[in-house]
Amino acid sequence: MAGVQVRDLTIRFGSNEVLSGLNLDVHEGEFLVLLGPSGCGKSTLLHSMAGLIDVAGGQIDIGGQDMTWAEPSERGIGMVFQSYALYPTMTVERNMSFGLRVAGMPRAEIAQRVQRAAQMLQLGALLNRKPSQLSGGQRQRVAIGRALVRDAGVFLFDEPLSNLDAQLRSELRRELKLLHQNLGSTMVYVTHDQVEAMTLATRIVVMKGGQIQQIGAPGDVYDRPANLFVAGFLGSPGMNFIEGKVQVSQDMARFSAEGMLLDLADCPARSALKDGARVVLGLRPEHIHIAEHGECAGTVQLVEPMGNHQVVWIDQGHRHLAAMVHEKTPLQAGQTLRFDVDRQSLSLFEQDSGLRI
Amino acid sequence: MRAVYLPAAPVARHRPRRMSAGRVGVYAFLLTAALFFLLPLYIMLTTSLKSMDEIRLGHLFALPLAPSIDAWRAAWSTVCTGVSCEGVRVGFWNSVAIVVPSTLFPIAIGALNGYALSFWRPRGANVLFAVLMMGAFIPVQVMIYPLVKILAAVGLFSSLPGIVLVHTVFSMPVMTLLFRNYYLGIPQELFKAARVDGGGFWRIFVQLMLPMSTPILIVAAIMQITGVWNDYILGLVFAGNEHLPMTVQLNNVINTTTGERLYNVNMAATMLTSAVPLLVYFVSGRWFVRGIAAGAVKG
Repeated sequence: MAGVQVRDLTIRFGSNEVLSGLNLDVHEGEFLVLLGPSGCGKSTLLHSMAGLIDVAGGQIDIGGQDMTWAEPSERGIGMVFQSYALYPTMTVERNMSFGLRVAGMPRAEIAQRVQRAAQMLQLGALLNRKPSQLSGGQRQRVAIGRALVRDAGVFLFDEPLSNLDAQLRSELRRELKLLHQNLGSTMVYVTHDQVEAMTLATRIVVMKGGQIQQIGAPGDVYDRPANLFVAGFLGSPGMNFIEGKVQVSQDMARFSAEGMLLDLADCPARSALKDGARVVLGLRPEHIHIAEHGECAGTVQLVEPMGNHQVVWIDQGHRHLAAMVHEKTPLQAGQTLRFDVDRQSLSLFEQDSGLRI
Repeated sequence: MRAVYLPAAPVARHRPRRMSAGRVGVYAFLLTAALFFLLPLYIMLTTSLKSMDEIRLGHLFALPLAPSIDAWRAAWSTVCTGVSCEGVRVGFWNSVAIVVPSTLFPIAIGALNGYALSFWRPRGANVLFAVLMMGAFIPVQVMIYPLVKILAAVGLFSSLPGIVLVHTVFSMPVMTLLFRNYYLGIPQELFKAARVDGGGFWRIFVQLMLPMSTPILIVAAIMQITGVWNDYILGLVFAGNEHLPMTVQLNNVINTTTGERLYNVNMAATMLTSAVPLLVYFVSGRWFVRGIAAGAVKG
């Protein structure tokens, strides 16, 4: 088991600086998820940890040792790729044992490790098959097995579930989480899928444009997003954003926007509010509660039934809000309704900087 | 079947007729083209089986009255190629001796070049590749004289190693391009996975990339074998009298200026000379197509 420390990491592709002066600590035994849209540098960061990309500046320590210029195989890592990257001419068994054979490990130990990994991933019956004879889910299991047999301190995953269909994805996601619980190894996992990030992570690192936007436990990042980007990236449907102004006087604080006036007395950010500040109010769909005598009003534009809940799109003139309704209340498009807002859970951001207040 | 799910209302459609006018035209064209290319072969084959007396009758398209393989025998073992009269078999074995190393070396080096250029991308790889490609566009004739001087200086002129070296050098652009493009079609992640597994330059090449290269290896072999076998000018200039390839000897057979022109022997010698490339195409046609298509198929 080992942690990873990234210090002032700079990576250039030609003249294009993808990462500049990035710092990140991966704690021992945690499941760290790098989350962000494509092109945000998350994969680049992972590949530089693996030693597959040359760094232009900075340092990478793995297990307390400087590995900035070490060969990928010397870093004590196992890696799983999006496209599985199985060796097509080798059987499953040969695929999993390739790295061990390269390292010159005794045959008995290779066989033992392969058996153990195969058992863990239910690959026992497939050991003599070629990758082309396997389904997508089985292929990715083999790829995970190939990383496992290395008994590495750190496992790196590069969007390992992106090529799978939805059902397999959630199945393998659960298996990965169980695997982490059982092994307790350090895992660094790159994805653009917020559901994977939320479900798997001990901590999430949200990235954009080569910069880390926020690091935190899934709940923290979800409930208290550091800026508008993080707030909008996590959650489905996304957070509702309402632009408006803050009115503060000695005995009251209010948020006012067109057609909306909210008392902010209970808001956690109450003390930091300045009178007249232009802000964006962030409101998760589950924090809108439909109530007969609610303080806000709107018309139902669209209802999306999801089985255990329904997503109601509320039309407020030029503004559309998504609300998550768990009651089986029958709602019709076009009908008017009133709703309340859970003030303790709302987020406020500065309009200019996009930062959380 | 799928038809069950079609809407109940009949769709205005009918089975395409088997023989449309266009189809007939296409077949007519194909047939004519095939005949056009097969006719010389037919004449060569029938003439080689006739006696000279029969050939003098001038019935070019007639089947041989008394087919005999005497002309083939003569062409193989007794016909005069210039001064010596030992048939084209000498040239055949010379060509084999040239083709085998001139196929193995260029493929080995070309595969290694392509592998290094597409996966390891050393500094200056693109410049190197561009220079190599430029080499492919310079006519061979331009380089003959300087090459003669260079090989003579190092004592390789007019020798088997000399001609093999020349073939290896001239085939390098195409071989490198062939393998580079093939390897570019293999996902980089595969290479990265092998690197994480501890594979080095040679191990990844030998244990991972070469086993995946069967189609392109066969394509390269076909190109080299037929190319080197059909070569005339390089063999004539660089091989020396001891190692003249079959093509050069065939020319000597046909262009003898003394005595009677033995058309049947000439035909037989020509067919013997072209037998190897023909055989290669017949045996490997399937692989050739597969190799070309391999670039378009996802692995």
